Amino acid sequence: MNAWARLGRQVLTALRDTGRALVLLAEATSQVVFVFSRQNRSDTLHQMFVSGIKSLGVITVVAFFTGMILALQTGLEMRRYGQEVYIGSVVTLVLLREMGPFMTGLIIAASVGSAIAAQMGTMVVSEEISALEIMGINPVRFLVMPRLVALAVMMPFLTLYTNAIGILGGAIVGYTQLDVSFIAYFDNCTRYAENKDLLVGLFKAFVFGVIVVTVACHQGFATTEGAVGVGRATRRTVIISFLTILTMGYFLTRMFYK
Amino acid sequence: MIRFEKVHKRLGGRTVLDGVDFEIAPGETFFIVGTSGAGKSVSLKHMVRLLTPDSGRVWIGDDCVSEARGRLLEKIRTRFGVLFQGAALLNWMCAGDNVGLPLLERTNRPEEEIEALAREKLALVGLETAYDKMPGELSGGMRKRVGLARAIITSPEIILYDEPTSGLDPVTSRSIDQLIDNLRQGLGVTSVVVTHDMHSALAIATRIAMLDAGRIVELGTPAEFIKSPNEKVQQFLQAQYITQRGAWEKTGTL
Ligand SMILES: Nc1ncnc2c1ncn2[C@@H]1O[C@H](COP(=O)(O)OP(=O)(O)O)[C@@H](O)[C@H]1O
Ligand SMILES: [Mg+2]
Repeated sequence: MNAWARLGRQVLTALRDTGRALVLLAEATSQVVFVFSRQNRSDTLHQMFVSGIKSLGVITVVAFFTGMILALQTGLEMRRYGQEVYIGSVVTLVLLREMGPFMTGLIIAASVGSAIAAQMGTMVVSEEISALEIMGINPVRFLVMPRLVALAVMMPFLTLYTNAIGILGGAIVGYTQLDVSFIAYFDNCTRYAENKDLLVGLFKAFVFGVIVVTVACHQGFATTEGAVGVGRATRRTVIISFLTILTMGYFLTRMFYK
Repeated sequence: MIRFEKVHKRLGGRTVLDGVDFEIAPGETFFIVGTSGAGKSVSLKHMVRLLTPDSGRVWIGDDCVSEARGRLLEKIRTRFGVLFQGAALLNWMCAGDNVGLPLLERTNRPEEEIEALAREKLALVGLETAYDKMPGELSGGMRKRVGLARAIITSPEIILYDEPTSGLDPVTSRSIDQLIDNLRQGLGVTSVVVTHDMHSALAIATRIAMLDAGRIVELGTPAEFIKSPNEKVQQFLQAQYITQRGAWEKTGTL
């Protein structure tokens, strides 16, 4: 009985947090009109730079190896039927549709999302958010909106980059391990993939970016109890972002591929 | 100007304010003293609705800030400048930008004008050379003074100071006292100062309130305060080597 009560309470908390996060997102979206105001302009650009550049190293390594693994696994299997020339298609489709946005989302959640949560949490604890409110500065406009715009814009670009590096990794494995020439590989890359695959993938990336910023800012703002609370907000941001990206990724796939 | 009516507040499962009742007149420099954890910062936060009473009301002039919301709350808050206990500077902006931030956000003034004003306020707190320093490069006391410059840049009617002199050397402390006093005498600013520093309080307060365990245990002018028969008050004074000359006769008549 006790366990059920606890489960019930956890579900209620999750629902409440989801509701609050959505309200925060709505408010931040309504502030996007101010993105070119003198107060927000430079910060939005700065956030784009930070979120884009900071994770580029990790993204490169992860994308490269994911492409190589994809090519190797499918290539070895397909070689049994003499079809290894098609690895270009497989790698491209898998990356564009699913793995590109998904991996980029996870990396951004772990690097940028956790950093945002830690920063917002620290600002709550050191009363900087209170100070903003007293100064008549809406924290959502001042802090959340620029980050939202920055990640919503950067995520599709980062995903494009992930896709490109992943495909390149696949090509190298194809050439060195499976005797698939670069020409045959890249020819297959474009043969089966459609624009829809690319565009749906980039749309997913956009959604994942929005998820990460919303979760991170909500958790950060909800921080209590000093430095311990900041650590908790950071951890929860990563976990909740991962789960939300995973489930939303599934439903978006369902929506676009019937 | 500021009125607390039977304000009760519980935080983290314990009563922090237990029926706090007082009124501050316009143009006063009102000090709230008391030991750590007495509820001083919590009281200040009620004045700008960073906290809401569980029961009771807080009035700012004719507006009930504890029930205000939206536009009205915003309007009430523009009357205030607040120096937070930890200064609460934004750590990605240089000191000067921090000071100018309220003007940049609230007004349409050109940026050069805001910068000039920020420099002027920094000079007022003795930090004319710190404009380009980042908060992380400044000492605690310097950050506090930057926070003070930020609090006064909008020329507010009411300024709240949470421990303005803690962490400052005695010489700088007295210059901050002087600054607070000048704001009152020159501009008629109403100030509420939270502090442990009885020397500041006795030097520039119009009245002093002592908060202990969520209640006001003493309230009066510096002259009255120092002669208070209240044991907590005397303990607090003696701990700072301030003695009440000739106060014992008074106790007898009470
Ligand atoms: N947000 C909060 N949540 C829980 N407890 C709090 C909160 N803010 C203050 N308190 C508690 O209220 C009491 C008074 O705090 P405060 O007013 O900051 O003390 P001080 O008089 O030193 O400024 C302390 O015991 C503190 O732990
Ligand atoms: Mg305090």
